[in-house]
Parts: sequence; structure tokens; C-alpha cells
Amino acid sequence: MSDVVEKTLTALPSLLSLDPQPGSAKLSSTSKLGNLIRGITELTSKHEEEKLIQHELASIKDQVSSPNTSMMKELMVRAIYCESLGYEASFTYIHAIKLAQQGTALEKRVGYLAVSLFLNESHELLLLLVNTVLKDLQSTNLIEVCMALTVVSQMFPKDMIPAILPLVEEKLNHPKEIIRRKAVLALYKFYLIAPNQVQHIHNKFRKALCDKDPGVMTASLHIYLQMIQENPEGYKDLTASFVTILKQVVGGKLPMDFNYHSVPAPWLQIQLLRILALLGKNDQSASAVMYEVLDESLRRAEMNHNITYAILYECVKCIYTIHPKSDLLEKAAKCIGNFVLSPKINLKYLGLKALTYVVQQDPRLALQHQMTIIECLDHSDLIIKRETLELLFRITNAQNVVVIVEKMLEFLRVNTDDYTTIDLVGKVAELAEKYPSDTMSTVFSVGGDMMQPDIPNSFLKLLSEGFDSVEEDRKLRLFAVDSYITLLQKEPGKLPQRFLQVISWVLGEYSHLKDELEPTVVLKLLAKLLDMKHTSSETKSWILMAMTKLCEGGAEVSVVREVSETYSSSMDTVLRQRAHELQYLSQDSELRAKVLLRDNGLRPLEVDSSLSFLDGFVSEALAAGAAPYKPPHQRQEELAQAKALSLEPYGLSLPMSMSSCSITDRQSPTLLSMSSGLSGDSAEISHKGGSTSLKLDGVKRVWGREGYLPQRAAVEEAAQVEVPCTLRSPSQQGDADSSHSQTPTSTPTPTEPDPEKQQLASLFFGLSSQSSVCLMGKPEPTPHRFRRKAKGVTDPTSSSLISTPSNVEKLLCNNLLDSNIASELAVSSAKQITELPQGLKTASSAADEDPDRPKDLCLISHLPAELSELCHSEITPLCTIQSILCAVNSCQYRGDVLIQTPFNHLHQVTHVSAELKKSTQCLSFAHSDVTFPCRPLTVSTEEYGTMWLSFSHDTKQNLTLIGDGQEALTATLNVLKQKLQLHVVEIIGQEGILSCRLLQDQPCLMHCRVHAGTLAVWLRSPVPDLPDCLIYHCQRALQEY
Amino acid sequence: MQFMLLFSRQGKLRLQKWYVPLSDKERKKISRDLVQTILARKPKMCSFLEWRDLKIVYKRYASLYFCCAVEDQDNELITLEIIHRYVELLDKYFGSVCELDIIFNFEKAYFILDEFLLGGEAQETSKKNVLKAIEQADLLQEVSMLSSIDGFSWLF
Repeated sequence: MSDVVEKTLTALPSLLSLDPQPGSAKLSSTSKLGNLIRGITELTSKHEEEKLIQHELASIKDQVSSPNTSMMKELMVRAIYCESLGYEASFTYIHAIKLAQQGTALEKRVGYLAVSLFLNESHELLLLLVNTVLKDLQSTNLIEVCMALTVVSQMFPKDMIPAILPLVEEKLNHPKEIIRRKAVLALYKFYLIAPNQVQHIHNKFRKALCDKDPGVMTASLHIYLQMIQENPEGYKDLTASFVTILKQVVGGKLPMDFNYHSVPAPWLQIQLLRILALLGKNDQSASAVMYEVLDESLRRAEMNHNITYAILYECVKCIYTIHPKSDLLEKAAKCIGNFVLSPKINLKYLGLKALTYVVQQDPRLALQHQMTIIECLDHSDLIIKRETLELLFRITNAQNVVVIVEKMLEFLRVNTDDYTTIDLVGKVAELAEKYPSDTMSTVFSVGGDMMQPDIPNSFLKLLSEGFDSVEEDRKLRLFAVDSYITLLQKEPGKLPQRFLQVISWVLGEYSHLKDELEPTVVLKLLAKLLDMKHTSSETKSWILMAMTKLCEGGAEVSVVREVSETYSSSMDTVLRQRAHELQYLSQDSELRAKVLLRDNGLRPLEVDSSLSFLDGFVSEALAAGAAPYKPPHQRQEELAQAKALSLEPYGLSLPMSMSSCSITDRQSPTLLSMSSGLSGDSAEISHKGGSTSLKLDGVKRVWGREGYLPQRAAVEEAAQVEVPCTLRSPSQQGDADSSHSQTPTSTPTPTEPDPEKQQLASLFFGLSSQSSVCLMGKPEPTPHRFRRKAKGVTDPTSSSLISTPSNVEKLLCNNLLDSNIASELAVSSAKQITELPQGLKTASSAADEDPDRPKDLCLISHLPAELSELCHSEITPLCTIQSILCAVNSCQYRGDVLIQTPFNHLHQVTHVSAELKKSTQCLSFAHSDVTFPCRPLTVSTEEYGTMWLSFSHDTKQNLTLIGDGQEALTATLNVLKQKLQLHVVEIIGQEGILSCRLLQDQPCLMHCRVHAGTLAVWLRSPVPDLPDCLIYHCQRALQEY
Repeated sequence: MQFMLLFSRQGKLRLQKWYVPLSDKERKKISRDLVQTILARKPKMCSFLEWRDLKIVYKRYASLYFCCAVEDQDNELITLEIIHRYVELLDKYFGSVCELDIIFNFEKAYFILDEFLLGGEAQETSKKNVLKAIEQADLLQEVSMLSSIDGFSWLF
């Protein structure tokens, strides 16, 4: 075939003048398009081309708007041509739609084509096409119906599907099979973009599956493949039918038309094999039905043409996916062998891919083909190499890890594609984590700044957690320190930022392990890094952190002083803070010893992540009339609004004395860390004092990513380290060796074995029969191991109330207690109960003059549901500052007194309930962990419908689902219901609607739909920004879950 | 299938069909990237490429490259056959097709493609049926053209 093409090409010039073949049109030499194309090929520069096209477009524009439409089709083709060259011809879009609408059949065809090429699914002009499509679907002209169905299955505005759905459905009963087939494909398209829209016609899909025309049946398999992928359990009853169809196809029962290179309906076969694989996975009884036909397929597909290879490949995949049957597996393995050994590179690639797929179940297969695999590793085609590495990744064990990682790194060095690099670096890191070694340095320097940020993090965790033996840990750490020092002494300027961060952390943490190493030397090296021009400020703060850990007084003081002086006036607040920390801690060795414990790995550090120790401070600040904390995104929003000239008075801030003392009275660097973020703005301090849960954010930033967090998190988990590296007994190893030499492909030549290849054969070390299965396990679960654990440990609810303050927090607490602000903390609770409301009341009097105060607000409705039923005092409004309303009431609950202060701010109501526990003598804020407390809004589905249409502000986003399968939607919505108190109005199939409100007349409606593994959420509300705000919190709620 | 591109050895795009919604900018970037990558590959190399999270299947016929993007779990070989079948269809329709046929009659090439692939899936694999559908539409075209003088003049 390609020969034919080649031949015609050589005869090109003569072809142009020849009378063309019957099927082809004859316009080429004289038409305007022909002239244009020829004109362009004659041009020499891009500039000339641009000029010509602009001229062309201008002339099209001129003619297109004239009422004479006879030229339209030709004009449109020219416009398409210009667009395809990359020039915009957007003025023709509307004419394309008009042409599809009004033109004769032949013009319509071009019009539809132009529309499908010009516009994409979300283009607004597409709405104009809906009526045209409707009209054509009802046309008696088959060709017009075909055109309409074609365009519908290529692109159609999702929201308009209901308008044409009945007509498309009707076409499923059309006498012509071509129409039925196109209708099925159109429904398939609808299913992909809006599955819920076609839910009710599932039984019609079944009818299409049973259609007497094989083409229609084939088309329906696309839908079934998709549906079975999402829910294999629901279609098990069809297994036998699919098997029967495949049997008939394989047996050659279809009309000859469906043959492709004398293979019966290969597309259909492959589709069926994919469906069977899905149905037979983890299902013995379903698999049993398939064995016979799979065997038949394998037998019939003789190796002679690409198309049979395609079927074989799918067959092998299916056999390895379903419940195993030994003789089939054997045949499939042989097949894979043929692929791998094939001289055709495409087949080799597929063979490797198949091996990668099956090697998890049968690692011996890799062993059989080890020589081929080794050859592929050095293949000139990077794709083959890449696939081989993927295969090796799956068979990595403790014995071959070094060689495999080396090969991967080799590949990384020559690879230029970012996507592959990221993927591969992740894999190397995963291996390094599983089988610790010193490869990480190379990974960091090669992978550079491209790798995902959690890779260095998990490496640091690995280092600090250590392994089984203390001695090994020490060695590894020493090795790291050694190699990093050498690196820094060479040319640190070339190292990526992430790597520099890792280096500075390691040096700060472990350089003391090396006795002969003077801290001054390390400090000087680090200081050199600081001075380098391209060191980012994030890296600089890592370096300063490391310096803080290193300075122990003595000779290094001068270096430290110089650095801290330079950076304490830095523009970057984080750097400034680090510099201050460095300065203070280097001077006060006692304090330093308290803050930075060395070798604290034995005792797990407990973190009070809710920062309950600050509750006193917060309540104080609130009592003094401070405004509650606002999350950054809200602040931003307000800032944006405030950019317009504000004529209103400024809000009440903290008393001056307090804000000043917060900056001047604090000697401790840790407290400075709090105030440095405030940039001296007293109003901001008061914001910070609002809600404990949000406060956490601010502090986390300070002690977070750049600094103490890795250390802390690492220490927390130290007790739980598990080392997945399994060591093999010598006897097993012998096993491996023997089976290794038995394999036919690797028969060691007695004369001169290729040393290099032999060395590479160590790739397969430990890959023998049984033992390897346990060595390999599944590669997936490791990377997230740490994160999951961390969540458990720092669960805010468990640690917020009863927590042993860590050393850092102790320090904070002490300082707090020293200052007069927090001294009242120690006062007994009984006194507090009476005092606090009073204090609040007095504060409120100051704000009483505010004229804007809302008079009629139903405060009761803002009480959390669990409290509103208890007996409670009257709600006393305290103060209103612009739109902020502060009110208090107290409730009695099981002998404990709850004071509740709802803050009502614009669209956000924050409840902070202070809980006084008699037993603990301590005032702690049991802040509800609902940071976005909306109230459930009970509406019926009908009411929901009318409301939905009337709301103007909306937002759409995809959220992650919790759980999978059928229950995912319900589970996810339940989480949202619990965490954000949304009201679930109704759930139908894979769709759900929810509602909530903030204030009486601030409702927000939510529409969720499960689509492609995610939850597509659409929010609507009459209040601007509310949907955005809520989606943010939904996201957080799901993440936290 | 996510999209199909046809381009010449000089890197000029001849045909592009997108089955996933993408912005113009993305389309341009993707086609530029792919054309560059594929043209840089040697003739004896594998017809498959991993590109981002997609699998690219391409084949060269004379001076034209046919390139399809499919998902990772799709069968590469059958995609290669889809390309081949499309070339066969073009060949049959134009009568030993060449690049110029496609340049000058690109709208026909699109029509054939639409009849063969719909929404990214093979809809009709029988060569005879595809061509029958196209010819019927063409016939309609010619009948209506003969009835209008303008169209007639355009034909020649």
C-alpha cells in the first residue's frame, strides 16, 4: 500500500495535469483554493505568507457578508484552510453555523465540517447549532440525518443534550443500520460527557447490543466497555452473551464485509476481549465461561499480520487479567515470548509491555527473556529503553536494586522529556525508599527541581527515621554528610535548589556525627551558599535553619553574627525571622538546648496541632474586642473590594498597649516568629486572634515546610518504621543462581562470557521461582506510606484537648505566662465563667455607638444544632463593626458551661464556643472544627429546582471522591454533610443535590455528579463569592477526610 | 482516540481532528511538540511513543505522517491498523492517493475520516460501506450542483 503512495508521489507533477480518477474532485488546478495553496507554496518567507493570508482573509470577509450565498461553500473551505495554517478566521464561525443551517445539502455538509473544526465543545456559538441539528434530525433526507448525528457525536453542548435526546433515541429504531449505528455512537458520546443524561435508556443499549446488524452491535460495545469499566458487577449477566458473540466472530460467522485482511472483524474482537477481561477479573465463575473462546482465539490468530498480533496481544492481556488457568497461561506466555523475540520493533515493544503487565503474577517469565531484556536496555530507541526500565522496576528486589537504579539514572541523564523525568525520578525514589542506598544524591542532582516536592521530604524522613540497626543509620548519615560536604566544596552553584535544601538539612542535623569536622567549616560552606546569586529564598531559609542547628558558640560566632545581621533586615519576612532565630539561639545556649534537642529520636514528639495552648491568648484578645481571624483567601477578597475608596470608619483593633507589647516584650525568637508575620499591623494581630483552627494555619507556615516540620514529623514516626527490605537466606540465593543458569536463553558460553552482560544478568538476581513473589509484592502502596501515618498521629481532635506540650510549645507557653496578657489563664475556672461574659459585655459597650448595627437578626438560628436544644441564656449582641456582629450566650451542658460566641461576618459565620472544664482549670477553646459553618437548608427537590434557576452566581469544580464504586457518591456526600452540615436533598443514581445556607436569606445549592472517577460539583447561590468559598471548604473537608 | 494529526515531512499540518475538547492554544502546542518529536525519530524506530500520559501511534506513508493519540490501555497495534485502514480508504476514494490530493481536497479527507471514525472510535470498518456512504453524499452533492449554475461552474 505504502509503495503505491510512494509511486504516485514520484509521479506528482504529471498527476496534476492528468485527468483525475473517478472519485476525486477536479478542482485542484483552477479553483481559488487551488490558487491560494499554490500561492503559499511559492512563497519563501513566513512574513510573505502572513501577508498573503491576511489579504485572503480580508477578501473572504468581504464576500462572506454579501447576501449571495452561492460562493459560501468555497469561501468556507478557504477559511478552514487559513485556520489550519494557524491564522484566526473567527469572523467566519457564525457563517459556518449559518451555512449548516440554511444551505443546501452540499453546503450543509461543509458548514457542519467547518463548525466541527472551528469550535470546541465549550464554544458559546455552538448553542446556535442546536436548532439546526434538531431540524436535520427530523429531516426525511437520510444524508441530512447522518450529518446531524455525525456532528452531534463529535461535539455538542452538554447542557443541550436533553433537547435532542428523544430524537436520537428514536433513531435507534430506524430501518437503516447506518443511522442506528450513528445514533448509538452519539449516545456513547453523551454517556461520556454526561452519563446521567442517558441513564434511563440503558435497556435501549441492550437492544442495540442485540441488533441484527453487526455494525450497530459493535458500536454499542463502546458504551458497554465504558459502563463495565465503571461497574463490572452490574453486567456479569452479559458475560455469556459476549462470549457467544466472540465465538461467532472468531468462527467466521460474520459477513465478509467485516473482514480486515482476511481476519474477521478485528476491531470487534479486541473490543470484546477488553470487555471479557473486565468481567473476568477476580471472578472465577465468569472466567470459566471464557476459557474456551480465549483458547480458540489464540489458536485462530496465526502470526502473520499486524492485525493478528493486535488480537493476540489483547488476548494475552485478557488471559492474565482473569482468573488464571494454567494451560492458557502457558500458551499466553509462549505468545509473549514470540513478541519479545520478534525482530519487528513494534512487536518487541508490545512484548515488553505485555511482560511488564504479567510479570507481577509470574516473575519467571522475565527470567526466561533476560538476555533480550538486557539487549533492549541498550536499544537505540529511547521508547524501548523506557519500557524496559518500567519492566525492571516491577522486578526490583534487594539484590538487583543497585544495578536497576543505575540503569534508570543513566536513562535520566540522557532523557529530555520532563514528563518522563518526573515519572522516573518518582520510581527511583520509591526504590531508594524501599531498598535504601546512597543513590539519592544522584537522583537529586539529576532530577533537579522538576521532581515532586514529596520526594526529598520522604528521603529526609527515611534518613531521620533510620533502619533496624543504629550502626547502619550512623553509617548512612555519615556517608550523606561526607558526600554532601565534598559536593559543596566542589561546585555547589550547579546543584538544583531542592538538592541544596536537602543538603543543608542533612548537614544541620547530622554533621555533628563526624567528630573531626569543625562546625565552622560547615558554617562557612553554608554561608557561601547564602551568598550565591541564584539561591532561592526558600533554600536560604533552609540554610539559615541549618546554621541555627549548627552554631554552638565559640569560633563560629563571627560567621553567624555576620549572616544574621545581613538577613535580619531582609525584605523577605521568612528569612528575616530565620535570621532572628539564628541570632537569639546562637547567643542563648540554654534556650537553644531547650528548643533544638539533639538525638530526640527515641522519644516521640507530640504536637498540639490545634494550638490549644494559645486559646487563652485568643480569648483574651477577643474579650478585648479584637476581630476574629480571617482566612487569607477571605482577606484577599476584602482587600480587593477595599481597593475602591472606603468611606467607612476603620474597624476596632486591639488596644495599642497590647499590640506594642507583642512586639517589644517578647524576647524569645519563637514568639518573634509569630509577630514577624504581622508586619507590625495591629489590625492584623486582632485578626489572628480569632479562631484557633485558623490560627493553626498561620503558625504552621512558620514552623512548617521550611523548618521544623520534617524533623518533627520524622521523629513522631520513628517508632513505627518498617523496613520493607527483605533479606534472603543464602540457600535461597543458591536457588536463584541455579535456576538462573538453567534458563535456555542465558546459557553461559564456556569460552568467553561477555563480562558486561554477565554483570547485567545480576538484574535478575533473586528472581527465581517462589521466593521472588514475596520479594516483589506490589509496587504501588509505598509512596504514601508516610503521609497516611502522619495523619493518624497529628489528628487534631485527639491532641487538642489533652496534649503534652512539646518543648517548643512549652517555651511558648512559658513566655505567654510571663507576659501579663496571659496571666489570667491560671485563674480558676469558676472565676472565669463569671468574668468572661462580663468582660465581653464591657467590650461591647465600646462598640455600641456603631450606627450600622443590624437591629433585627435572628441569632438563635445561628446556634449550632447540638446547642440550640440545650437550655441557654439569652443571646447578647456584643458589638457590631461594620458587617461583623459579635454576640454571646452561654449554655449549660452536663455541668460544664459553654460560652458561645457566634461571629457573623458577611457571608461567614464563625462559631467559637469556649468550653470551660471544671476539672482542668484551663480555658480551652473547643472550637468547632467547622471552619465554614453553614446551616442545613431543608428544601424539597421542586423548591430546589426553582431556586437553582433563579440564582446567578455559580462555580464548577471537580472534587475527589471518597471510596469507590457505587457507594462513593453517598460516602462523599455524607462526609460533606457531617463536616459542613450540608443538607442532602436527594440522591438519584450517580447524582446528588445538596443545599445549605449561611444566613436566613443566603442559600447555596450544590449539584454533584460522579463523572470519570471524580465528583463534578456545581454550586449556585444568589450571594457572590459564596459558591467559591464553599467549594474551597468542601475541598478541604474532603482532603482532611 | 484523543486526536489524529496528519503532517508532511516538512512539518506542515495537513489534517487535524480532535476528539477531546482542548483550547486552540493547547492544540497548537501539542501539534508543534508532536510534529517535532516524531520528525526527529529515525525510520527504523518503534511506531509508538509515550507522550505525557498518552500513547502516540504514528506511521509514515510516503511524505505524510499519520499520527494518533490514544490512552495508555488502548491497543497500539489496532490503532496502527486504523491508520492503515484510513489510508486504504483515501487511496480507494482518490485512486492512488498522494499528498496533493489531501492538500487540495482536505475537506473530502475530513468527510472520509468522519465516516470512518466517529467521536474517536472506529464506527465502520468495512471499506465498502464507508465509501458507499461517502459516494451517496457526493452524489447528492453533484445532483444539486447540476441544478445550480454557480455550483456547476465551480465544479470545473
